[in-house]
Amino acid sequence: MLGYILRRCLAVIPVMLLVAVFVFLLLRLTPGDPAAIIAGDMATPAQLERIREAMGLNQPLHVQFATWVGRLLQGDLGVSLISNTPVATMVADRIGPTLSIALLTILMSVAMAVPMGVLAAWKHRSVADYAVMTFSVLGFSVPVFVIGYLFILVFSLKLGWFPVQGYKPLGAGLGAFLSNAFLPALTLSTIYVALIARMTRANMLEVLGEDYIRTARAKGAPERTVLFRHALKNAAVPILTVIGSGFALLIGGVVVTETVFNIPGVGRLTVDAILARDYPVIQAMILLTSFLYVLVNLLIDLSYSIFDPRIRY
Amino acid sequence: MTQIPPPGSAMQPVLRALRLPQFGLGARLAAVVLAIIVVLTLLGQWIAPHDPLTMNPMARLQGPIEGHPLGTDNFGRDIFSRVLIGGQLSLVIGLATAVVSVLLGLVIGMVAGFFRAADAIIMRMMDALMAIPSILLAIALVALNGPSVGSVIAAITIPEIPRVVRLVRAVVLSAREEPYVEAAIALGTPMHRILTRHLVPNTLAPLIVQGTYILASAILTEAILSFLGAGVSTETPTWGNIMAEGRLFFRIKPELILYPGIALSLCILSINLLGDAARDMLDPRLKKRAG
Repeated sequence: MLGYILRRCLAVIPVMLLVAVFVFLLLRLTPGDPAAIIAGDMATPAQLERIREAMGLNQPLHVQFATWVGRLLQGDLGVSLISNTPVATMVADRIGPTLSIALLTILMSVAMAVPMGVLAAWKHRSVADYAVMTFSVLGFSVPVFVIGYLFILVFSLKLGWFPVQGYKPLGAGLGAFLSNAFLPALTLSTIYVALIARMTRANMLEVLGEDYIRTARAKGAPERTVLFRHALKNAAVPILTVIGSGFALLIGGVVVTETVFNIPGVGRLTVDAILARDYPVIQAMILLTSFLYVLVNLLIDLSYSIFDPRIRY
Repeated sequence: MTQIPPPGSAMQPVLRALRLPQFGLGARLAAVVLAIIVVLTLLGQWIAPHDPLTMNPMARLQGPIEGHPLGTDNFGRDIFSRVLIGGQLSLVIGLATAVVSVLLGLVIGMVAGFFRAADAIIMRMMDALMAIPSILLAIALVALNGPSVGSVIAAITIPEIPRVVRLVRAVVLSAREEPYVEAAIALGTPMHRILTRHLVPNTLAPLIVQGTYILASAILTEAILSFLGAGVSTETPTWGNIMAEGRLFFRIKPELILYPGIALSLCILSINLLGDAARDMLDPRLKKRAG
């Protein structure tokens, strides 16, 4: 088991190295001189030269790459070209809102989607099943920002239940935090719920047809035990996998949701950096989010054995 | 699903003309809705009551009035005309993305599946590409290459390619072990003929299904890119940038986001339903799993 964990962790290294190469090349191989883009149209040749010197753009590509990766490994994410603050500080300042809303989203999504999927499979071809499936197709089809604005329109502007936009940290009190974070999390969770509910339903349908479910029912186990102990636990591994792969959707959704709800998080930070061509921030943010995605999927892979003891490494 | 026409209604000949007896009612309805959207959009120039770019400062942010069935935006432009014409570019970008990513993915996937030497390298590269969040990668590509239609298509296509490559590779890996492929190799069939005659046909069914999903997700991604300010320049209306412009006036006139949003959602919804139906028809084994 320990050996397997170690091997899986080591396998992350080449993937992350390749991601680093992609991100690095993405910025270096695009048409145009990064120094000219940074300096703007009015820059003199001397100014351009100074920027190239400062960024190390005069050195050969592989030297630039090695310097950059070397600094990354020491925890140096670079310094923003625009605000001149270290990227690590910028991320630390703005990670709070993003993390808390993302966690709330995952909690809400799983809490809504798994029961929906179980219900749809249990009452196969019933009204409830069709309702869940309709919701799940809709969740994939309506853009997340349209959902966000619809929620603002209905729950904030018409009903006045929630503030329209903005963010309050947990430190300001749970009530204040939730009243601001609930709508963004609900918005963000629609596509995630659609994905997880669909997967739960499909796997539950398969498991509910198994012999041991009939046996469990035959020996008189209560339906709740059959559904959650016998069936759901055996359907858990693919559901976990989809929670992991859906994490990429969550990252994309965070960026959009933070824009809709005016939340000062890292998603907005990234988009602003990209639009302003703040190269060090772009590099660091794409690398960090990719790393997070790989890490989450690694943890999920490793957790399989908890849900399915037959999986031994 | 409340608009299902009763048997013998006017919709019957249309549905029969589609000649897809295996498709359920939902999918046939989706086909009709999609056909209506595509026709309206393509004929947009002739149907639209106004030029989508003509501004009228006297009639800003109007509700539905005579001549403007859906009202006007903050520049007094006709919303109905803009939504109609805006669909053109959204659909073109979606279609181009689907075609290009399927073709590129097919070629790369064939190489990975057939040549063992290339497999490991290509697949590690695809793993890395899949690890980068597609929205971030796409915004970065557009921001760096400029907001042209071509760069938006490229930006949406690149993150989609690894998914196609994985699919094609898996099909090729299993097909190349089949006796007919071994026989073809033993007979000395040239490599290109094995690829085109024996392996490509195997990938067609899953690629058609995957292509429809890419089409839907590309239209959605275009809208998100425009919404975040990294889409096609705002001189050409697309569903995405009409909504992006509507953001500032959301409180006064939510219709600026809702109408293009409804058009976009209906379009994606019908494509997704058709994709599901195509999957069930082309690969009945999957039907049980995904319901």
